[in-house]
Amino acid sequence: MPAASHGHAGAHEMHLKLYWGIGGVLIALTGVTVALSYIDFGSRGLNILIGMLLATFKVCLVGAIFMHLKGEKATIWRFLYFTAFFVAGLFLLTLLAWVDPIFGTNHNMH
Amino acid sequence: MQIPYEVSSRPDTGLYNAKLGIWLFLASEVMLFGGLFSGYIFLRLGAEPGYWPHGLLNVPVGTMNTAVLILSSVTVVLAWAALKMRNWSQYRLYMLITIVCGVVFLGVKLSYEYPQKFTHFGVFIRKDSLVKYEAYLGNDFLKSRGLEPRVEISGHLLDAPKGSEYEGVAKRNAEHFTHVLHEEGVGGHGGGPVVQTEAADDFVIQLDPANARPTDPTNEHPSFLPKKQTMMTAVVKREDVESAGMFVPGHSPYFAIYFTITGLHGLHVLGGVIVFAYFFFFGGKLYKRNPEHFANRVEVAGLFWHFVDLVWIFVFPLFYLL
Repeated sequence: MPAASHGHAGAHEMHLKLYWGIGGVLIALTGVTVALSYIDFGSRGLNILIGMLLATFKVCLVGAIFMHLKGEKATIWRFLYFTAFFVAGLFLLTLLAWVDPIFGTNHNMH
Repeated sequence: MQIPYEVSSRPDTGLYNAKLGIWLFLASEVMLFGGLFSGYIFLRLGAEPGYWPHGLLNVPVGTMNTAVLILSSVTVVLAWAALKMRNWSQYRLYMLITIVCGVVFLGVKLSYEYPQKFTHFGVFIRKDSLVKYEAYLGNDFLKSRGLEPRVEISGHLLDAPKGSEYEGVAKRNAEHFTHVLHEEGVGGHGGGPVVQTEAADDFVIQLDPANARPTDPTNEHPSFLPKKQTMMTAVVKREDVESAGMFVPGHSPYFAIYFTITGLHGLHVLGGVIVFAYFFFFGGKLYKRNPEHFANRVEVAGLFWHFVDLVWIFVFPLFYLL
């Protein structure tokens, strides 16, 4: 059998419980997401906002723990900063197309 | 020639090649799905009142599939950890569970969820004809409650205009419906629901609960458990129809973006399953030669798999719940 890497087997053992725990939390939060969608918070927009905030929290858990972003190298984080910047730009373009502040060509608004 | 930093990390970045590569790839994937989600937002904001449906997807099935994907995310990271601990049998077990989860997810989507939509039919009623179908739409009631109007009558097609592409489906559905009617002892002596009409241009639809009981307050929120199909039918004249069709991408902007995003996501799941199956069946050779190299491969494939999982975490509430 190949030898364990760098003598870090113990550290990996410790993470196993964490992985199962985060999996359990994610499945429980899925149940919470479903339950919250049946509660009327006053407007559909608010329900969507709450649902998306919860989804974002779940995604952060997946990224931080399963994808090991917690403690990841600076290069990877730099990739992520750029990605976040460009995605924000993409959504900004959608917003601009919807609000249509310059040309007034969005017929849905009129 | 030996490729540098294939297994060990480059001193300045602390990364091996594949890890750098997969994160760049995932960045491009974020832009791909970001564009589609951007399209979703635009279509939803642009939908006229009543034209963005709610409660058409099966929530318990979607919830189960979400849990299956999350479980697979746990098992794939455990498979990688098992390799780091040089525990081959445990790696095989977790990898097998991951593959099974991926296959279950795809199986549910392709053999149950999609076919259910492909056999469901809906007609959008022209605005100037909505009042004629008030008994199935309940718009006066919805207006009094300050809710969006209902503009679609949906269910299972029993009769279609002559010469239309839906004649075959309608005939099969009508046979099944008549059989169920007979078994339940409904109708008889011409008193049962209309199944087919003499007119060449009519649609006959076995109604969904929302159209059968349009003023039922429980319709205001998607029900967790799917409601039983009713035995009521409605006749819709072709001249009153704005557009009609099965719940396929061409049916409405909602189904167009639903099938685009879930279809592309499904292709990613398929890609992941194929890679994992390769590692499961043919990974032993590389593991024996260089276990750290093999662990790195599983790690980058796992990163891709986690990304597929996190896309679904957004897809599930946006399409199934909200």
